[in-house]
Amino acid sequence: MTNIREVTVDELRHLVSDRAMTGETMLLNMGPQHPSTHGVLRLLLELDGEIVVNCIPDIGFLHTGVEKNMEAKTYQKAEVMTDRLDYMNSVGNNLVYCLAVEKLVGLDVPVRAQVLRVILTELQRISSHLLWLGTSCLDLAAMSVFLYAMREREMILGVMEMISGQRMMTTYIRPGGVWRDVPPEFVPAVQEIVNVMPGRIAEYESMLTKNMLFTERTQGIGVISAEDCARYGLSGPVIRGAGVAFDLRKARPYSGYEQYDFEVPTYDTGDIFGRYMVRMEEMRQSVRIVRQALSRLPNGPVLSDNRKFVPPPRSEIGVSMEALIHHFKLWTEGFNAPRESVFATTESPRGILGVFLEGDGGAKPYRVHYVTPSFVNLQSMPLLTRQHFVADVVGIIGSIDIVLGDADR
Amino acid sequence: MSETLEQIVKDMKERFAVESLEYAGDTTLLLSPEYLQAAFQTLRDEYHFNMIVDVTAVDYWPQQEPRFHVVYHIYSMLNNDILRVRVPLNGNGPHLPTIEKIYPGANWKEREVWDLFGITFDGHSDLRRIVMPYDWQGHPLRKDYPLGYEEVQFTFNAAEIDKRKPYAKD
Repeated sequence: MTNIREVTVDELRHLVSDRAMTGETMLLNMGPQHPSTHGVLRLLLELDGEIVVNCIPDIGFLHTGVEKNMEAKTYQKAEVMTDRLDYMNSVGNNLVYCLAVEKLVGLDVPVRAQVLRVILTELQRISSHLLWLGTSCLDLAAMSVFLYAMREREMILGVMEMISGQRMMTTYIRPGGVWRDVPPEFVPAVQEIVNVMPGRIAEYESMLTKNMLFTERTQGIGVISAEDCARYGLSGPVIRGAGVAFDLRKARPYSGYEQYDFEVPTYDTGDIFGRYMVRMEEMRQSVRIVRQALSRLPNGPVLSDNRKFVPPPRSEIGVSMEALIHHFKLWTEGFNAPRESVFATTESPRGILGVFLEGDGGAKPYRVHYVTPSFVNLQSMPLLTRQHFVADVVGIIGSIDIVLGDADR
Repeated sequence: MSETLEQIVKDMKERFAVESLEYAGDTTLLLSPEYLQAAFQTLRDEYHFNMIVDVTAVDYWPQQEPRFHVVYHIYSMLNNDILRVRVPLNGNGPHLPTIEKIYPGANWKEREVWDLFGITFDGHSDLRRIVMPYDWQGHPLRKDYPLGYEEVQFTFNAAEIDKRKPYAKD
């Protein structure tokens, strides 16, 4: 039986100014059920009239103990939990976990699998940015953009379903490659998306970029400087919107990103509008990467043939005793990883996504830690909202593109 | 390991008596807790590690000395290096000085480590629980904290299990 303890005002006193105690400023709870908080985020706002004096984010409503659960599962089984963290970037979550496992055990990935990984993460980046565009504009009362953005996102979810049978929680990327080869309809479907997207992105921009209703709500609001971004560890479109061309795909390439020709868009205002411009350009760059990847998609295996870590295909099990033994060992016991620790990083649609993985010589991870961009970026809320109107808080939450599953883990 | 990082590791060895480890391209420094703040100040100001990427911990229970390793990852935008710093801590009332003043971004990450591992950060401005409910007892990511499970109820034992469930008591 747990004892329920009420949190007293005294415990929060050091967070709010003295004026809140005399009733001069008002304390207002925004969330956790507020529609514009994108899930279950609670903000404690201290208001002077309509001006935000301080903003105290309260997270943890979606904490599911994924890291603890992963410690109790083998390396292959633990991967399924990673999709559920950042559910807008589930492919990226699989990828960073697989990169960490591959780094820990020293496993090579075939070229075809690497190119497929790039195609899928870039498609996922477009779909994540589309959802961001739709929902954050919905918060700013632009209803029609949401409908357009969902139309294109549906095409990408269709591709995810085609390759894995699941629209969102794909677990398609596995340690050593990808689950299985893509069906023949995959390339035409992705080609279709690549052909359609540039025109559609121009369509969204024609609705927003010069629209006064949009620019009045975004320009000069929620400004953060490049120095503050680095001090707080902010990454992704937030730091690029403040004028720093920092992208881990360029800085520390993985999965062969160094072979692709793309640019890192920046915008130097550091406000909501800057982040908007960066994300729109990033979608164009993602289309460019996918187009290059499609043109160089080689034939060949999609899973490593190192049988100590990757289970053999079904066809081999019937004819080879050794394959049967490997199959049995991998699905009952799993593979053992050395007593070492590694750190793998990728660029998710929201910023630095990293995995700290430690093995203990056995088949289960001793410690998995997800370094998630939403958690870090959310920390800047007090900085971004200070001295703005309550109505702008909504736009600012939208502009840092948080996913609470990612922040709370 | 890049040349600049090699030089940094060499300097750090001389100044703060760190040990260095290398695995799969990752460089780790083993630092003792008394040098923590001075070492991070030096790394940020002199060696351009301007960005905090992560603060987390690992629990080696039942081993007691050291029971915890607090693990920091810092990134240098100038040299494009990631450095891992591990700080061993004993199991009895583990505490460390905060690096919040050096890297403001460490604020929430240290709160998370306190919440899930029970490692206190001295001088932290706002050490409250962050992901667990504010009235939670215990620190879930410690290895001596059980994972927990839900008992499956069948017709023959449903009533018996109900008695053990909190909602059935009052």
